[in-house]
Formats: sequence, structure tokens, C-alpha cells
Amino acid sequence: MAETPDQFLIEKIKAGDFGFFEALVNRYEGKVYRLALRMLRNQGDAEDALQETFLQVHRGLKDYEGRASFSTWLFRVATNVCLMKIRHRGTEPTILLPLENYLPRHEGGEHPPIKDWTERPEEALLSKESREKMLEALEKLPVDYRAVFILRDMEGLSNAEAGEALGISVAAVKSRLHRARLTLRGILSDYFEIKEPQRAPG
Amino acid sequence: MNCKDILEKLSEYIDGELDPRLCQDLERHMEDCCPCLIFVNTLKTTLTLFKYAANEPMPKEVHLRLHDYLKKECQGL
Repeated sequence: MAETPDQFLIEKIKAGDFGFFEALVNRYEGKVYRLALRMLRNQGDAEDALQETFLQVHRGLKDYEGRASFSTWLFRVATNVCLMKIRHRGTEPTILLPLENYLPRHEGGEHPPIKDWTERPEEALLSKESREKMLEALEKLPVDYRAVFILRDMEGLSNAEAGEALGISVAAVKSRLHRARLTLRGILSDYFEIKEPQRAPG
Repeated sequence: MNCKDILEKLSEYIDGELDPRLCQDLERHMEDCCPCLIFVNTLKTTLTLFKYAANEPMPKEVHLRLHDYLKKECQGL
């Protein structure tokens, strides 16, 4: 059976039916929580951001006219809530480490050695330690780059949707995304190249 | 296409937004340039891996607290 469109729920909510708001929350809470956890890396903060987001949504619905899709608008609210929290922390790196640190240097036409760590078994690439490393790597990105990467490559938004959520142009989304991707690849490569593949016991 | 050019085009290539002719040039370069091929593979794998990062489902208690919170704040209950 086809899912009830968001717009239908929203009409009912605007008419004062709170039950439909709860249904709308149920529909999107998982996504918002996951976004917040990825942005904030802390379960307590993510939960705060989750609650704050839906509170703002409830208050903002009377002004929501449906020009952007609801999910795009929701992601905009959620992203801003997370960005505010991060900025209040005041501990974020503001300077993107020079990309050159993470790119192979082509000096004198020679390629530096590069290891192909993609051949490792899945369990090694997705081990608990590797997942931690990934989240640490994300935290090394300045927040504006981190947000673009999370929205585009982790949450699967399009360039246009990510631009709407962040209030930036598609060109800015693409350029930040590219830098974020190369930097994260570089950080992960440093980690995986040093880590020797586990030998099977016996 | 040289190695530095490849680098700039990589995101568009991976996202399927690169002009088909440039795609061909890029792929032809990679056939002959092992480091670039490895670079692209590690980039693609990086993106795939990150899709699995922090992917745990929302705990039930978080759901329950959220709905309690919203009931109170939105309805003054």
C-alpha cells in the first residue's frame, strides 16, 4: 500500500490534529537522529538536537508552504540545529588542513607509493576500530565540509537538496564535497596503510 | 589527461556527472596508470565505508523520550 504523502499529514497537523504530527515524527525521527549522531558524535547531544528539531518543526509548520519538499525543509532545520550546537562547543577546527597533505605528490613526474587497501576483507574495513577511525576523521573536517559530506554521501541528499539544507549554492556543495572526500580518503588511507592485515590464527 | 587533471574531475566522475568523452579519457588514463587507479578505488571504497559509519538504529528509549517531550512542549500537557 502506498504511504500517505507528507502533505496530507501536514494539512491535518495544521488543522490541529496532534496525532498526525506524531505520525510525521515517527516517519522521520530515525533519519534525524542518525544525522545528528553523525554531526555531533555524542548520543546525548544527538538526542537534544532531535528534540529541538521536531519542536522547531512543530512551531514552523504554520509557515511551511510546501515550496520545498518537507524532507528538504526538515533536513534544513535539523542541520541548522546541529550546526548551532557544534558552533557553541567552540572546539571545532576552522581551517581545513591543506588538501596537499592528503594527496599523492607527483614530484618530478614520479608517483609516490600508494597501497591498495581496498582488497582487505570487509570485517577489517568495518571493524569497530575502523568505524571509530571514520568518525574521528569526520571530526577533523571543518564543520561546513563535514555537513556537506554527511548530507550528500551519508544521508544521500542530492546536490540541490544539500544546498537547500545548508543555504549554499550547488557549486559550493560540489566544491566542498570534493575536498571533504579527498581529505577523508587521505586520512583513512594513512590509517589502513599502516595497519597490517590481520593474519588468521594458527 | 594527466594525473593532476584526474584529481579535479574525480567527484564528478564518481557521481556520474562527467561528460562521457572526459569519462573515456579518464578511464583510459587509469588503464595505464596504476597509482591513479588505486587512488580512485580507495576513494570509492572510502565513500562506501562511510555509508556504514554511525548507522545504528535509534534506541527505543530515545523514541519514547522524544514523543513525551513533544507532547509536553507542543500541547502544554
